[in-house]
Amino acid sequence: MTGVDAGTEPEEMEADGSGDGPQAHTVRLELVDEPGELLAALHPIADNGGNLLSILHERGNLTPRGHIPVEVDFECPPDRFDTIVEALRDGGVNVIQAGAERYGEEVVVLLTGDLVDADLSDVVRSVESGAQATVTDLSLSAPEGPDEAASARLRLGTRSGRTEATLATVREVASAKNLHVVEPLTEGSA
Amino acid sequence: MRLAVLGAGAVGRSVLDLADDYGHSVTAFADSGSAAVDPGGLVPDPVLRRKERDDVVGDDDPEAVFDADYDVLVEATPTTLGDAEPGFTHVRRALEADRHVVLANKGPVAERYDDLRALERESAGEVRFEATVGGAIPVLSAIHDFGPDHITAARGVLNGTANFVLSRMAAEGLDYEHVLREAQDLGVAEADPTFDVEGTDAALKCVILANVLNGGGFSLDDAEVEGITTVPTSALDLAAEDGRTVRLIGEARPDGVRVGPRLVPQHGTLAVSGTQNIVQLETTHAGRLNISGRGAGGPETATAVLSDVSRLE
Repeated sequence: MTGVDAGTEPEEMEADGSGDGPQAHTVRLELVDEPGELLAALHPIADNGGNLLSILHERGNLTPRGHIPVEVDFECPPDRFDTIVEALRDGGVNVIQAGAERYGEEVVVLLTGDLVDADLSDVVRSVESGAQATVTDLSLSAPEGPDEAASARLRLGTRSGRTEATLATVREVASAKNLHVVEPLTEGSA
Repeated sequence: MRLAVLGAGAVGRSVLDLADDYGHSVTAFADSGSAAVDPGGLVPDPVLRRKERDDVVGDDDPEAVFDADYDVLVEATPTTLGDAEPGFTHVRRALEADRHVVLANKGPVAERYDDLRALERESAGEVRFEATVGGAIPVLSAIHDFGPDHITAARGVLNGTANFVLSRMAAEGLDYEHVLREAQDLGVAEADPTFDVEGTDAALKCVILANVLNGGGFSLDDAEVEGITTVPTSALDLAAEDGRTVRLIGEARPDGVRVGPRLVPQHGTLAVSGTQNIVQLETTHAGRLNISGRGAGGPETATAVLSDVSRLE
């Protein structure tokens, strides 16, 4: 999966400051194989307060109708999701699947510290087994070489209502491995 | 109102300078070693010039402040932890003399809130402390207006130094040490930045919020605190790739106080940049309230002090 910046600032989301914290959603779209189609399809998401997380553009795969399937992950406040799907459809984008998330909840954490010493694959195994979660994406950055503090970003898929428990497991595993955790601010859980 | 100002740091000096603009006068002004007293009201410029030139504010002993004619004691001496002295004793003496107290010093409100309220109950004077949280941002008066029972949580970015460092690291890809030196050159960070970068300052403000929201019971010992020194630039890069960034977020909830670096949406409400502060209040019937502004600085914090003074009239 490729991380993509939202490009457009979700101004409306800030303006009304409504409701609960953002939730991650996955939508499957099908696009005609023409230049500019993908970009045009992403605008309704950003314009309506969605924050793009990743895009999987399945070039080479074709839907039964001969179009290209695209899977888009984004987060938005709960009350915006329907608006976004509607805006996509209004814009002529065929939405194959919306709202049926692969995981009930998704949580992203950063781990920092001596990741080489901590054995990252062991960290992933411990988190997955302890939290009943799946690491769906992992990025590593160690620009200073193996001796300096490095960072990893883990995207975890977990069942609905299990986010807090998943984070608790991440904290435990990290503490045992001498790593620091940067947790997401789960605003809705206040 | 006639003010007695204790503390001649940036906040105390600005209170002296701006009091007249708010219709008040300063009848006594003291730093740790000297005082200036004038029942008719001090003229700011000569006092401030003398402080700058000779590092004294006048010829009197600091003790003279308590004997001066004043209605409100402004406590703006440096924040201390634990027993919060000497600030706490200053407050006690004013309340025992049935005077009002306005604090810019976080120590007594964060570390000894219950003691402070007990003294207030025995006094004809009132205690106010808007300036202790979020500088110029009217956080406490917003909570007061809504009523603490109608606020379920408060969170936000409450330390400008840490926020400056994190937002510069993220924007420029520079490392922590580099940005911290830059912040020190700009006067955004102090020579010893420990209080700010280790999260202590933000934690004190959240403890104060927790005390106000829950009617007391919290001190710094009750807070879970982590600073920003463990956040490498690579972590901010990984966050940015994912449309997020890292901010030092403080939370005051009924179950406790927590301060630490957290992932927030890159263009979200809480991702303020530079020395900006923001406070987010969750209300029971009116959704989320966001208030942002300058969280530190002499004139900014003095503004909050003088607003408190005006509320006492």
